[in-house]
Amino acid sequence: MSMSKFAARLYKKSLALAALALWMAPAGSQEARIQLGAHITEDQLRGFDLIAAPDGSGMPPGAGTAREGREVYNRRCLACHNLNGEGVSGNTVIVGGDMQSEESPLRTVGSYWPHASTLFDFIRRAMPADAPKSLTDEEVYQVTAYVLFLNGIIGEDQSINSETLTAIVMPNGNGFVDLSHLH
Amino acid sequence: MKKLHWEKAAANGLLNRRHLLQLGLTGLGAAGASAALGQDAGSILRIPDWSRMPGPGASAYGERSPFAGNLQRMASNPDPIYPGGGASRSPLQFLQGTITPNGLHFERHHAGVPAIDPAGHMLVINGLVSQPLAFSYENLLKYQMVSRIYFLECSGNSGALLRGGNADGSAQSLHGLLSGAEWTGVPLATLLDEAGVLPEARWVAAVGADAASMGRSVPIEKALDDVLVALYQNGEPIRPEQGYPMRLFCPGWEGNISVKWLTQLKLMREPAQFRDETSKYTDTMPDRSSLQFTFPMGVKSLITSPSGQMNLPQPGIYQVTGVAWSGHGAIRRVEVSADGGSTWAEAMLQSEPTAKALARFTIPWEWSGGAAVLQSRATDSAGNVQPVRDAVLAARGSIGFYHNNCIQSWGVDDGGAISNVYV
Repeated sequence: MSMSKFAARLYKKSLALAALALWMAPAGSQEARIQLGAHITEDQLRGFDLIAAPDGSGMPPGAGTAREGREVYNRRCLACHNLNGEGVSGNTVIVGGDMQSEESPLRTVGSYWPHASTLFDFIRRAMPADAPKSLTDEEVYQVTAYVLFLNGIIGEDQSINSETLTAIVMPNGNGFVDLSHLH
Repeated sequence: MKKLHWEKAAANGLLNRRHLLQLGLTGLGAAGASAALGQDAGSILRIPDWSRMPGPGASAYGERSPFAGNLQRMASNPDPIYPGGGASRSPLQFLQGTITPNGLHFERHHAGVPAIDPAGHMLVINGLVSQPLAFSYENLLKYQMVSRIYFLECSGNSGALLRGGNADGSAQSLHGLLSGAEWTGVPLATLLDEAGVLPEARWVAAVGADAASMGRSVPIEKALDDVLVALYQNGEPIRPEQGYPMRLFCPGWEGNISVKWLTQLKLMREPAQFRDETSKYTDTMPDRSSLQFTFPMGVKSLITSPSGQMNLPQPGIYQVTGVAWSGHGAIRRVEVSADGGSTWAEAMLQSEPTAKALARFTIPWEWSGGAAVLQSRATDSAGNVQPVRDAVLAARGSIGFYHNNCIQSWGVDDGGAISNVYV
């Protein structure tokens, strides 16, 4: 279902609920709260909720290998990320780097990213930059596998799915300090 | 003529802030108060032409006077690989007060500005809630809203200065990823309460409706505290480049987490670990560990006039002014130095500062015509004092460039030219 149809349907429903809520509120009551959110189900959000988290939540069915991903990558990613992920400008480098290098370290998927799930999540929501969300879930798994392979993190035929992806320990997985408790 | 005696407040010409009341200075244009109304007084004091004929009538949309200068945001050169991922900076050196006009509020996008018709836009709350909900824009407008004045600063603001180099620039080019506005919207707590947050929910993953579906995770404590789903900015519907029809607004925190074009809030046990909270917006330290979820913007101030790339036309009295802000509370005081930090004088705050909002400071300064280094140093209500650049570098190095809140030094040479300097 397209987003606009989805929105239109929810909108109709929310109008009805709004009318109901206003009708239920006692006249002149100071305590009457406005509650106009349309009730929905998680099922309705399939295809809308794209959050793929490190615990595997939000990861769709499907799987892919780097060998399969090479073809998708060469077709959809190569123009910006180059043949082996070496990129064509600073922000497009996705391979290499060493956090312990003497100079300011090159931070890439391989050297920096702490979670493999982020790779799937980001490719599915934001890539390719000229046509985000145009890859199938299967293609996203395949390209994710290929980028991990280019970084030497998995083998070329290792199958990547929601379980195997979230089990991967990234090279810099222990490199982060969570400061959220301070705020 | 009565001989004026200026009370010195610090070395190299800083005057007691009380003198502002007597001087009535208005910034660079009024330099040299004693020279006001010079030889041209005779012609100025005639009835001008515009007082002799009626002007045009009311208009549908007001514009600045053509004599007021061509105020523009400064856009970065677009990356040809990724043209939607850019920024533009506010012209801080030409603004006064603490509110940035909407058309001059800084921008930062990760996949361009989406053209959203609110009739096709939904705000979904799902995940660890009793009842997943979807709100239309029209229905959100029916909720009780609050209005709050807050600053917004990109955590990458001023970042280039940490790495040093010949950073010749203006207040705008060096620090313009900062703005202030009144934001009006529905407290996020109201909407979360309607959905019924389950006890195990610790984070709210927020997602925008731009092409990147940019996402950030907000701790539940913050989400239930002062976060807004903002619908209006300075009284008008939020503009497209600020997130129309709605954005998250997390007061005091790095700009990126105030997710624009907000379309989803998912309650989760753990952070979603989005790209923009792992690979970006994290701070790598000298030991190569990286700090994550470094949300608040530190106490900071900046002299906006006189500032980089301006010229002092002649020795005399100038109004030094700027803005100060802190993600940890309200500004308590701002001090100004004209000798590179050796001596300091307390500036006047133009109005009572409020939490997580810009404060405007001002102090008179008599430029002798010699070399000077102008600095400002802010202290916030939590007792935090803005650090010098060397202290920031010593504490965290320059691998990471986010969250640079160090003192800015503007060097004035004996010709009156002003530029960024490292002291």
